[in-house]
Amino acid sequence: MGSNMAEAHPVGFQWVIEAKARGAKVIHIDPRFTRTSAHADQHVTIRAGTDIAFLGGVINHILGHDLDFREYVRAYTNASFLVNERFQDTEDLDGLFSGYDPHTAAYDASSWSYAGVTAQERPGDHAKETSEPYRHGAKGPFVEEGPGEMEADPTLEHPRCVFQVLKRHFARYTPEMVERICGVPQELFLDVCRAWTANSGRERTTALVYSVGWTQHSVGAQYIRAGSIVQLLLGNIGRPGGGIYALRGHASIQGSTDVPTLFNLLPGYLPMPDVAHEDLAGYLDTVRGPREKGFWGDADAYMVSLLKEYWGEAATAENDYCFDYMPRMNGDHGTYRTVMDMNDGKVFGYFLLGQNPAVGSAHGRLQRLGMANLDWLVVRDLAMIESASFWKDAPEVETGEIATERCRTEVFFFPAASHVEKAGTFTQTQRMLQWRDQAVAPSGDQRSELWFFYQLGLRLKERLAGSTDERDRPVQDLAWDYETEGDEPSASDVLRHMNGIDLRTGRTVDGYFDLKADGSTACGCWIYSGVYAGETNQARRRTPHTRTGPYDAEWGWTWPLNRRVLYNRASADPDGQPWSERKKLVWWDAEAGEWTGHDTPDFERTKPPHYQPAEGASGPDALSGSDAFIMMRDGKAWLFAPAGLADGPLPTHYEPHESPMRNLLYGQQANPVRKVYGRPDNPSNPAPPEAHGEVFPYVFTAARLTEHHTAGAMSRQLPYLAELQPALFVEVSPELAQERDLRHLEWAHVITSRTAVDARVVVTDRMAPLRVDDRVVHQVWMPYHWGTTGLTTGDVVNDLIGVVADPNVFIQESKVLTCDVRPGRRPRGPALLEYVADYRRRAGITPETGTRIATAGGHTERAHIESHDRPEDAS
Amino acid sequence: MGLKRWIDAWPVYRQLTGTDPLGRGKAAQSPRSAALGSRTESADRMVHSVCPYCAVGCAQRVYVKDERVIQIEGNPDSPISRGRLCPKGSASKQLVTGPQREEHVLYRPPCGTQWQRLDLETAMDMVADRVLDARRKGWQDTDEEGRTLRRTMGLASLGGAALDNEENYLIKKLFTALGALQIENQARI
Repeated sequence: MGSNMAEAHPVGFQWVIEAKARGAKVIHIDPRFTRTSAHADQHVTIRAGTDIAFLGGVINHILGHDLDFREYVRAYTNASFLVNERFQDTEDLDGLFSGYDPHTAAYDASSWSYAGVTAQERPGDHAKETSEPYRHGAKGPFVEEGPGEMEADPTLEHPRCVFQVLKRHFARYTPEMVERICGVPQELFLDVCRAWTANSGRERTTALVYSVGWTQHSVGAQYIRAGSIVQLLLGNIGRPGGGIYALRGHASIQGSTDVPTLFNLLPGYLPMPDVAHEDLAGYLDTVRGPREKGFWGDADAYMVSLLKEYWGEAATAENDYCFDYMPRMNGDHGTYRTVMDMNDGKVFGYFLLGQNPAVGSAHGRLQRLGMANLDWLVVRDLAMIESASFWKDAPEVETGEIATERCRTEVFFFPAASHVEKAGTFTQTQRMLQWRDQAVAPSGDQRSELWFFYQLGLRLKERLAGSTDERDRPVQDLAWDYETEGDEPSASDVLRHMNGIDLRTGRTVDGYFDLKADGSTACGCWIYSGVYAGETNQARRRTPHTRTGPYDAEWGWTWPLNRRVLYNRASADPDGQPWSERKKLVWWDAEAGEWTGHDTPDFERTKPPHYQPAEGASGPDALSGSDAFIMMRDGKAWLFAPAGLADGPLPTHYEPHESPMRNLLYGQQANPVRKVYGRPDNPSNPAPPEAHGEVFPYVFTAARLTEHHTAGAMSRQLPYLAELQPALFVEVSPELAQERDLRHLEWAHVITSRTAVDARVVVTDRMAPLRVDDRVVHQVWMPYHWGTTGLTTGDVVNDLIGVVADPNVFIQESKVLTCDVRPGRRPRGPALLEYVADYRRRAGITPETGTRIATAGGHTERAHIESHDRPEDAS
Repeated sequence: MGLKRWIDAWPVYRQLTGTDPLGRGKAAQSPRSAALGSRTESADRMVHSVCPYCAVGCAQRVYVKDERVIQIEGNPDSPISRGRLCPKGSASKQLVTGPQREEHVLYRPPCGTQWQRLDLETAMDMVADRVLDARRKGWQDTDEEGRTLRRTMGLASLGGAALDNEENYLIKKLFTALGALQIENQARI
């Protein structure tokens, strides 16, 4: 679901084909019949944006027919824990959970906690941007005061136990409701339920694959939660052939999340400090609780080692290891917020590093107009891209909104070295680091990012060397002394430092268990600790698959500790024995007194299955022998998330921000805490209960093609690829073609309240109209790789999309919106602006459209528009 | 030419008597095609790499001759890809050797209408000066309640998903030391 794997990850898809050849059944659930559907045993057409309704139906089917893997659920999930008496469900509140504040459009999550547990969320701290999940890193929030104090009912019958709460929450997600909301006929839906449940249990497992078709929604995090709940109920996590595969789309996008170039994280999912953290102790207190379970209990060692790697000798116990050198966050500093701040003149300089937001980010117009309002822009890429040349060839030059001679942005283009011209690691989608050797030297001014940032750092240190300003000390003290090869730092030395070094011996540590909180180790990324164990670059290993076991443990290196399956303790039963011979992965060897098996056990090697922690234990020591989910603070997988999510402890079907439909399940139309940016330059199409949705009557979704790569900088310039996919197109059903008089291969244009784009029409029954509730819904699909440069050019599809975001992670909802489609080409020049303005007038669109987000019974509507001076700017 | 060689030169004879009964290999070779070799055979060296497009992580073999990339192929040893590459991965030689690659620093001054060449060292110095300027203009010591911010909102960065882990590490480290928070990449998109 939410993935067109054959198209977007074709070489990975060989394993699906191989599984199918061995008898596996492949089901593809997607709004469109795709290259993946063509290889599936069954394709299910679903209305874009309704996956939670579908998955909720599956959960209801499992619970209603007692099809869950009960022993697994009881042992490894939080099904038996009791929920706070104050908790109220969407069943009780018309689509809202308890704690909702319509004024701030945020939840006070304190009533979602477990019974008998002190709530961690501070009452009154409602502000969406200062209390929410992005602040937690991966550790999640506190859930309990200590092990063994949780109220639980192992029979799973207590009305307030998670299992029963789950049952009630999803009871209304019936096959009839799935049909009415998703447009999936009941029999087809039940076929999927039967196939999924029949293929799960002791002897069999089912894998679930998703991609950005799940993440790019205003309820994206909850899509994934819904998939997780199904997989946990069926016992498909931590077991061979099971799991949830997040297929990622860029060579090192996993790496750039682990070693984050992200505002809210430090390496290894440690949270970025925020204004509430006065010192290191205060910071650590929010990362690890005094008596909670799991490996986040050692966060002090991870953080102190990171600070030692950043500031070297200058970081001492006396000065809190320079914790105070860290900048603090106090809100959403994500890329879309930044772009709006560029438009508002609050950002002066911008670096683009192998990324082309003029084409690749939602609302490309906003991106380009923002860049046209900077003092300076640095672009580093292999080839010229639209984000570097916007001042002369942006669509806004044609409309007159950007005048080249008056655009004051100073632009530097630095040619980058390619993947064969530098050495280093990518982390692929299954967390595997693979080292690349350098094949040839780059030419001319081409340089790696390693060179660029190292050299920039040297220059900045030189310029600030004599400064007496306190704010410059973090730069002055920065450890910037990697081994060099010529004028470039050695990538392997940087990787060594990310792995971690024992400062007493100068040698690399073997894993994160060697890290210390006393300043005697330095480690740049604790989850990568072990990649340079024994002073050997483990990511460079290339033992052929023909010469190793089924888990190919000697090809590359997978974090953590070369583990291929996370939470693999759950592949064995509570006694430590495999659930079945067929599905054995790791198990307890009583004779040897340790965990063994085909993979690196994701558990303390010598902790027996029936181990009970001592009274008062915390961290890893507090994990019992059956607490398989070793990173969770209660050792259990969360069916119900007692904290940590901005939009509720359970997934709930909400309509997309822009939808042709009223929510059939609740009065609450769309995600009640989604992040809206009500601004004149970011209009929304109206959605029920607002009027005039008929102006944009169709559902729009966009995705990739095999032959192009994201924003096109690495594909539109290549003759082979440009020839394979030579033009932008829009796919419509024969029925929609008839309704709108669209002809195959002729031109049409797609319109939203943001802009209109041209494309060739492809009339195809790959797009099928859906019967949804009492009406027909047409969906429209476009690939999004085109722009103004390259061997094949076309309009920027992302210009159609406005910015509205998931409140947990601030990812935009770009997989579903509404649009109109008309035959012929769009107007050009200033006439385009007038054309789109006319659509906005007809739809009655103002900056308030789409921002009255509380629609459940009893709530007074309040528009969440952006005032000119936001509170956080007061500083 | 002796009789044996004369008969051997006859493809049908080779097809009927040799190891190629279908006539699709050696039996059908002419002296010219028999003398052809793959580009990779003449390479000076083969270097291990990984495909730079999606996140599957297919292994590549990069063949180099005279310090130029002459071929990029899939590596059959890989447990991930078993030698396969998709159309993009198969086009990676064009990606790294094609004429679209820029080789020089280009500069567009404020309100300029054309790109200009700029010396790399000069450009680096100019960027360093501008970073400090933007940092200063966007600096915030504390919030309205007097809590420490110690940051700049004057500069931002986007990118990293196409870069190496080691590069992302230095980027985050340097920007954090500068107090710059708005460091983002495709993972947010």
